[in-house]
Amino acid sequence: MQKLSFIIKRLFKAVVVLLAIVVLNFFLIRAAPGDPAQVMAGEAGAADAKFIEQLQEKFGLNKPLHEQLAIYVGGIVTFDLGYSYRQEQPVAKLIMDRLPATLLLTGTAFFISIALGLLFGAIAASRVGTLADTAVTSLALLFYATPLFWVALMSILLFSVVLGWLPAYGMVTVGANLTGFAYVLDVAEHLVLPALTLGLFFMAIYTRLTRSSMLEVADMDFVKTARAKGVHPARITRVHVLRNAVLPVITLAGIQAGQIVGGAVLTETVFAWPGIGRLMYDALFQRDYNLLLGIFFVSSAMVLLFNLITDVVYTFVDPRIELK
Amino acid sequence: MAKPGKTDERRRDEVLLEVEGLSIALPQGAERAHAVEDISFTLNRNEILCVVGESGSGKSMTANAIMGLLPKPHVRPVAGSIRFEGSDLLTQSESALRKLRGSRVGMIFQEPMTALNPLMTVGKQIGEVFDAHGQIDRKERRRLILKLLDDVGLPDPEILIDTYPFRLSGGQRQRVMIAMALALEPAMLIADEPTTALDVTTQAQILELIRKLQESRNMGVMFITHDFGVVAEIADRVAVMQTGRIVELGTADEVLNDPKHDYTRRLIGAVPQFAPPERPAPAGEILLNVEGLRKTYVTSRGLFAKKREVAAAKDITFDIRRGETLGLVGESGSGKSTVGRCLVRLLDTDGGHIRFRELDFASLKGEALRAQRKHIQMVFQDPYASLNPRQKVGRIVAQGPRANGVPEEEAMARAKELLELVGLGAGALDRYPHEFSGGQRQRIGIARALALEPELLVADEPVSALDVSVQAQVLDLLDDIKKRLNLAMLFITHDLRVAAQICDRMAVMRLGEIVEYGRTHEVFNNPQHEYTKALLSAVPGRDWSIPEVALQQAHGGQSGGAPAR
Repeated sequence: MQKLSFIIKRLFKAVVVLLAIVVLNFFLIRAAPGDPAQVMAGEAGAADAKFIEQLQEKFGLNKPLHEQLAIYVGGIVTFDLGYSYRQEQPVAKLIMDRLPATLLLTGTAFFISIALGLLFGAIAASRVGTLADTAVTSLALLFYATPLFWVALMSILLFSVVLGWLPAYGMVTVGANLTGFAYVLDVAEHLVLPALTLGLFFMAIYTRLTRSSMLEVADMDFVKTARAKGVHPARITRVHVLRNAVLPVITLAGIQAGQIVGGAVLTETVFAWPGIGRLMYDALFQRDYNLLLGIFFVSSAMVLLFNLITDVVYTFVDPRIELK
Repeated sequence: MAKPGKTDERRRDEVLLEVEGLSIALPQGAERAHAVEDISFTLNRNEILCVVGESGSGKSMTANAIMGLLPKPHVRPVAGSIRFEGSDLLTQSESALRKLRGSRVGMIFQEPMTALNPLMTVGKQIGEVFDAHGQIDRKERRRLILKLLDDVGLPDPEILIDTYPFRLSGGQRQRVMIAMALALEPAMLIADEPTTALDVTTQAQILELIRKLQESRNMGVMFITHDFGVVAEIADRVAVMQTGRIVELGTADEVLNDPKHDYTRRLIGAVPQFAPPERPAPAGEILLNVEGLRKTYVTSRGLFAKKREVAAAKDITFDIRRGETLGLVGESGSGKSTVGRCLVRLLDTDGGHIRFRELDFASLKGEALRAQRKHIQMVFQDPYASLNPRQKVGRIVAQGPRANGVPEEEAMARAKELLELVGLGAGALDRYPHEFSGGQRQRIGIARALALEPELLVADEPVSALDVSVQAQVLDLLDDIKKRLNLAMLFITHDLRVAAQICDRMAVMRLGEIVEYGRTHEVFNNPQHEYTKALLSAVPGRDWSIPEVALQQAHGGQSGGAPAR
């Protein structure tokens, strides 16, 4: 019961923040030089006077600012994110078409990074100073330091071009029109390279964080207490050290899970993955402001959603969090 | 209380633990080659052996060596033997040692706040001991845990068993630790400063509990402490350690009342006596008058939640005369530090007056406050955290005067004088804080406070982080400076022994209120409030009076001048 009211309160807060973002978006487009209607229409030649007038009418651009704001917020609340005149489709539809692909890619990358990061971090920490530790930390540093797009390009070169094991781009084989299990397999094959590329970078972060966090916890008094009780070392590492060390990892994962959704631009672009990042990239080049603002809004909503999930997860992992 | 007759009758001569010629090597580049060098002692079944010494004497190392918990491989035993119940622990395998730990030997630690896993319930943590040493069925295990919680005097075991440690107080957590250490009825308990982090009344309860359990279970207890008051309270026999060696070993009565070794005498002589000397009534004019001071902490718990209010100071009234030391005495959370911080205006008050001479000090603001701050200066508790590690000592001391417009050269010259006044010499000017020991740093802190020529000094637990011999020196220094410069001092402390020795008058605080206020010897000899009585009767070793030989030794040693550490 306490947990439920806690979640409702957090949800309410998230909605308030989201509204603030919407307002910020509203002013952002008006901060751009020139007439907002011009900006919205894009710098397309099609921006004739009648079209602009039509836009001004629709968005109430000739009305006072607070009324404009009300119209804009009203639109967002009903999930009307505007219209992309470039793509000639509603923004909401464009984003919704792309969102599943992004969630699939980032979700997979996210789980790979967490699972492997925890595993390698734990291995390094429990063998600190040995060859295994050095190998893990060096590799982690390498993955962390290498630019993502370079790893992406090199892996395409190696695994697709040279070895021919995996497809180089896209989410499905073009023109294959597969269904059922064959379709799933096809997507999975396409998923391997981008997910690993994206995942390895974040895995490097989690590996390093897990390792340092475990070493820190291993020095704490309660670990010594456990040793003085005669508890088996493997259990000490698992139950006492790892569980406590995982708390900062969860915090970081929560922050990154939100970011990763909007932040996969590079990976999606290189692998021609039909996700939000790719959409944003295109929108940016085409100066499709309505679409960009829509993506901003959806990305922020994702960040808030994952923060909320992290908060809830945290209450289960750490009893000290007071549900007030 | 060292009662020789009782000790002899209680001791059973069966040896439980026999440490012989033990040496523990430290890694290269450490302060000294051995943490512990060639020490030998025995612990009998059914007795409490106190191992006492100052920080760095090697007492905790000895305990960890017995438990096989030394930080391997850097620190390892290199000579000697530790015989426990017939076998040498140093030659045992790690898994054999693990079987002993928790079942035959239990251990409790200094910091109850961190010694329990924050993510596990109390019951699970105790249950782990049973699981580590063989299977018992869940029902039986729960019954045993409940009984243990009850044995160590915890209320509502049924609720407590499923509670997480963060809901317990320090004293309760230490009781849980004891329950855990004693779960399998070990023959030996090693207690490493188990009451040092606790308030005095809680300490008294824990000491009593350890004594009671030791007697009812016929355990041998190795009790490590730095506090001779605790030794006097609980020890059957005593081993005194100095830089890795045992310098004196004997019954509690012998060591406490007739110490033979110079070091023991010096240590005991430095323990502040419990009986306060009768001091003349302070005659100076009233410098500071506090009336009805209030301070409430309000913690916001989010936008919509109700705010939580804690009254740290309620209606505090006292005054201090020039040349007088007023003690503000209380346990943790009593609000004594809050009052001190309000006086130096690190905190703003919520009500009441602070009159300093003619000034309404509590209502000063901005430039006016800045100009007057120099009159009231503070000495902090932690000599390590209270000095900026990146600044040279000369700069630290001169900073106050510089901020008040004194020219650089003059301020540095003054800093030099002050460092000499606190016994450090001009050489300290160009060195960094980390080059000094704890006691020396506290002297720097005092010099810094004096640099602004204050009329009132607020000293917040200035000696509680220091070893007893250093503590005595710093107390002497504070007293000496107060007399020489005719200062008024507010001395905040939790330690009644210290208060007895340095305060002319004292105010006893509890939950934000002053419950007793009067001249120190009168409060000690004739306490009026129940809480004061409870505090006084909880002071460990209060019936023990420090022997004359020790007092002489301490005074003789001190005229040598140079600080010991």
